[in-house]
Amino acid sequence: MLREFNLLSFFARGITIGSMRNRIADALKGHDAEYIEVHFEESQSTQLVYRGKRLEEVDKSRSLGGNVRVLVRGSWGFVSFNDIEGLRNNVSLAVEEARMAGGEAFKISPAEPVVDVVAAEKRSDSTCVPLAAKKQLLDEYNEIVLGSPRIQSSNIIYRDVGRKVIFASSEGSYIEQDKPDLALRLTAIARGNGEIQQAGLSMGSRGEFSAIEGLQGEVKKVAKRAAALLDAPEVAGGEYTVILDPVLAGVFVHEAFGHLSESDFVYQNEQLRKIMVLGRRFGGGFLNIVDDATIPNLRGSYKYDDEGVPATRNYLVREGILTGRLHSRETASRMGEKPTGNARALNYLFPPIVRMSNTFIEPGKLSFEDMLGEVKDGLYVRDWYGGTTSLEMFTFSAAEAYTIHDGKVMGLLRAPVLTGNVFVTLGNIDAVGNDLDMNQGGGCGKGGQSPLPVSNGSPHIRIRHCVVGGK
Amino acid sequence: MERLLVRAMEVAQQAEVFRVSSRQVPVRFEANRLREIQTRESTSVALRIFKDGRVGFARASSVADEERLLEMAVETSQFGLPAEYQFPSLDSYPPVNTFDPAVGGVTMSEMVDMGSALIASITGHTAGVLCDVSVTRGMASVQILNSQGGKASYDKSFFGLGLEGTLVRGEDMLFVGDSASSCCLPVGIDGLADSIKRQLEWARESAALPAKSLPVIFTPNGVASALLSPLMLAFSGKMVLEGTSPLKGKLGERLFDAKLSLRDDATIACGPGSRPCDDEGVRSRRLPLINEGEILNFFYDLQTAALAGTRSTGHGDRAGAGFPRPASSSLVVEEGEVAFEDMVADVKEGLVVEQLMGAEQGNLLSGDFSGNVLLGYKVENGKIAGRVKDTMISGNVYRVLGELLGIGDKARWVGGAVYTPHLYCPSISVASGRGKGK
Repeated sequence: MLREFNLLSFFARGITIGSMRNRIADALKGHDAEYIEVHFEESQSTQLVYRGKRLEEVDKSRSLGGNVRVLVRGSWGFVSFNDIEGLRNNVSLAVEEARMAGGEAFKISPAEPVVDVVAAEKRSDSTCVPLAAKKQLLDEYNEIVLGSPRIQSSNIIYRDVGRKVIFASSEGSYIEQDKPDLALRLTAIARGNGEIQQAGLSMGSRGEFSAIEGLQGEVKKVAKRAAALLDAPEVAGGEYTVILDPVLAGVFVHEAFGHLSESDFVYQNEQLRKIMVLGRRFGGGFLNIVDDATIPNLRGSYKYDDEGVPATRNYLVREGILTGRLHSRETASRMGEKPTGNARALNYLFPPIVRMSNTFIEPGKLSFEDMLGEVKDGLYVRDWYGGTTSLEMFTFSAAEAYTIHDGKVMGLLRAPVLTGNVFVTLGNIDAVGNDLDMNQGGGCGKGGQSPLPVSNGSPHIRIRHCVVGGK
Repeated sequence: MERLLVRAMEVAQQAEVFRVSSRQVPVRFEANRLREIQTRESTSVALRIFKDGRVGFARASSVADEERLLEMAVETSQFGLPAEYQFPSLDSYPPVNTFDPAVGGVTMSEMVDMGSALIASITGHTAGVLCDVSVTRGMASVQILNSQGGKASYDKSFFGLGLEGTLVRGEDMLFVGDSASSCCLPVGIDGLADSIKRQLEWARESAALPAKSLPVIFTPNGVASALLSPLMLAFSGKMVLEGTSPLKGKLGERLFDAKLSLRDDATIACGPGSRPCDDEGVRSRRLPLINEGEILNFFYDLQTAALAGTRSTGHGDRAGAGFPRPASSSLVVEEGEVAFEDMVADVKEGLVVEQLMGAEQGNLLSGDFSGNVLLGYKVENGKIAGRVKDTMISGNVYRVLGELLGIGDKARWVGGAVYTPHLYCPSISVASGRGKGK
């Protein structure tokens, strides 16, 4: 059942890109379909998981597979597979599925065929770092956590992936891209006073191992914060003026607005399209929200999306007004707008859907101190546990919170969950700081495809009347 | 698999090969229209070896070559945990019904018809609802082979229906949804349609709640979305072993309301989480976790059990073909005696929680939860008065489940992994406001 066959050995055997292209082109010929696309993907990953003093899991994996997506008379067929040799049959199966679904009016917008090979920059590629070196660094971080006062345990999850993806379409596109990724989540767990509290650190990169080196100081702070939370009081639930640090504000912009900008939520819903009409005001004139996959070297960066469309920079909100949204070729066609290159798939098991890339609030003019000085009573919330959205309402959870009183940051509080409503909360942002910072940790989940590498960021922002959960 | 095992045993003291292959066919409707039909095939193979006394692990999609798989497992074994357990030598298991051959016989066109009928039923009830529907059939086969003579293999079928409905009125968005699944047919659309229509009816009017502590009734969906994640962490042998479970050292103690009993059961016929053995070849069993409020067991896989000086409870889970970890299979909350209608009738002012959003993002280890009521209804003088919005509830599962006013008399499956009735809690903190100031 196991055979030696993979894309790398394809290249090693001297099979040129041209011949790979020809192979795919042959398999795409002669089917009754408006559009056919093929993805092949080869990946290898390393995962290390620590719990407390034990390195519990050391896991290496390799994967090879592909998929075919076809559009026949307005409906889609999709087939994913591990055996990349049976391509022609899989195309036929996808065509049969689409024909069965047939008769709907799904379309894709026109796109220029692209032929390109995009190699990853090899600066300190994590897949080339020996396992022993990865372990040594993580051991060191783990010891810092476990050696800190009142720490009961730790949890470290490290994962790097080297991924090569080939995209080809019946329109003549052929694109090879390297899409490496690296993510680290470190959690310190403190126990005392009959309580268990935790604090964490999330980092990531496009495969550069150096991005997670030299974090000893940060790690120490995380352990300290977990211990401090044991003595911290709970927030009382209610409405507050809150200041979000750049990390939490990044999660906020992703959940509060980013997802609603993904046009697949909107394109078939006439009511929603009326609400999300371009030109509508969502926030103050100082509010600018951007999604940009073209910024070099962030986790959500790429040159082409998984429909072969070049990545673009998009203002979602400009000067407080809705000015753009994220599209696949399909949603763009339906809404009469241009594709933005935001169709992304987690891996070959899934078809591409509309996703964010690097999403952020542009910096304004205020310093954090100015913003803080104007708050009589409020909360300063920092860092994140997570966030989620139903489009209209969303939640985002802070990892640390402090009382603000008379313009000063006071005592530490338990980490609260905050909530908002997209039609109200963006309008309640009354200050945007000057200190933009992009956060590379975490990942995004949608439609069962999780975690997709994205980044998000913001300067400090201030929100009036934000609902905070608590006792 | 045999050849890989033989090759591995040339360098290892023990070895285990796990293989899972699956074929899923989802039929997907978007905004009431049939969007696509998919076929997803995948195969994964995992190799675990004990070499020089340490655990090595690697996995690959089946077409990768086996020499590479072995090479990777040998490499990881240099850093693996000491191998202090044996692979189980079982080669037969009591049967658990996880396969219905009729599932494979359902045609794509029958699946399309089911989806269309479901959508027609919902849109006929409430005009303007846009439904995303999936109708999925699947087949999987699992094989485990190890050097200690252990051998397991079983097939599993799956049939699932899911619906998410969106109703936008002005700037108000209502989300309703539910799902039904089983290893066996029939999985009918009627129960699902009725549940969604009831959600639409109860959400038709809107209602506001004051910000204070109020009685809360969790529906089965509400129980699953708000209360179970922290408990699953707390009952994991891993958290108990490392001392981060609040339940560590509490076996035999009564920490929960005496009306509450909870078990994990992978042997339920046709249960989507059922299986004759876990992903390490340890026999499935019905494991009581809470009996009448008293903590009875934690769940373990092989490695965690060895470290904790106990035995695997048959809860080694690979989430595909990954490294095994302890996890629940099918959680069952024992039915109580109170009808949902009687719970509602008992509440003067309170809340029914159907879906809580964001509850899994807090400090789950401590049992704290806090979330936005994505779908919930105000109860006023014993009657459901309408949907609440822009409302958060916050609490701690140990306090909430420490005192219950009632447990529902009818349990149901939620998402194929949880079987639970309604739970009626005396008091949970509610915060609300639309952020416009008061």
